Amino acid sequence: MPATLNRDEDILQAAQDWQKAGHGVALATVVETWGSAPRPAGSSLVINDDGTFLGSVSGGCVEGAVVTEALDVIANGQPKMLEFGVADETAWNVGLSCGGTIRVFVEKVGG
Amino acid sequence: MKTETLAELNAERAARRPVILVTDTANGAQRLVKASDIVADPLRAELSKQLRMGKSGMIEAADGRKLFLNVYAPTARLVVIGAVHISQALAPLARALDYDVTVVDPRTAFASPERFPDVPLIAEWPDVALPTLNVDHYTAFVAVTHDPKIDDPALLHAFERDCFYIGALGSRKTHAKRAERLRAQGAKDSDIARIHAPIGLNIGAVSPSEIAVAIMAEITAQLRLPPKEKEEAA
Repeated sequence: MPATLNRDEDILQAAQDWQKAGHGVALATVVETWGSAPRPAGSSLVINDDGTFLGSVSGGCVEGAVVTEALDVIANGQPKMLEFGVADETAWNVGLSCGGTIRVFVEKVGG
Repeated sequence: MKTETLAELNAERAARRPVILVTDTANGAQRLVKASDIVADPLRAELSKQLRMGKSGMIEAADGRKLFLNVYAPTARLVVIGAVHISQALAPLARALDYDVTVVDPRTAFASPERFPDVPLIAEWPDVALPTLNVDHYTAFVAVTHDPKIDDPALLHAFERDCFYIGALGSRKTHAKRAERLRAQGAKDSDIARIHAPIGLNIGAVSPSEIAVAIMAEITAQLRLPPKEKEEAA
């Protein structure tokens, strides 16, 4: 199989490679979903301290917010649970327009 | 996630061994459970259920802790012995179900890219083709050439690699003869009993496409059903 970057496996390899190259790295993983969430539990996004990211936790709606939070997690090392959903005012702001709710666990790699 | 945990996770996945990462989401504490260690694990019921379904999810442990079980199961593969008409219907169907598909047939008139656009094809005998494929437990193995010279050695390889599904085309009578031949070549009765033959769930399939549906339905049942219900479905 040719390696493709949209697969979760390559995301985890990227996390390892970035860390080896000296980057601060965080991993964000969908842990719970309700309603019509765009990506299932287990989907992940890996972020480095440049703000570069790979993978997805939604259809692109909340990745921007997750990356911002991930940079905090890289800086302070404390894991964090994020929730995005239609019942949440801030979720509208970042635009989870699909009608679902997701919880995303963000942790530092090597933290 | 600890650096060592990530390295171990990636190593297990590269080796196509299933693992589950257990995370306490309250404090980020993690441990990696290998499939072979599930039987001895306090969470064995939950772990084996999630692994069987290939699904990650949140659970509540007996002590009230909320744990996230992230399942990393290898991509299921389908190896088809025989580039026949049924395989032309089977390959795209299996791909739609997320299987990595490879077709093996030494007969180049059958194993041609015109007949199998976009499908990895190996026009070699099973003894040459199969060792390169790293056939494993997460492989469904189907022999449909109707030619003992091709199907029989392939089936012996599938036994050895413990494929989760092994199916072979042919009537009960054809299968009885095949069982005799395989036994003569040293196959155990328990191995021969693992062959699904006649192949596919009994849905009255007639056309190659319908037979392909019957085969993929049987493979899905073998992959997803718990052991007891599996026996009832067979």
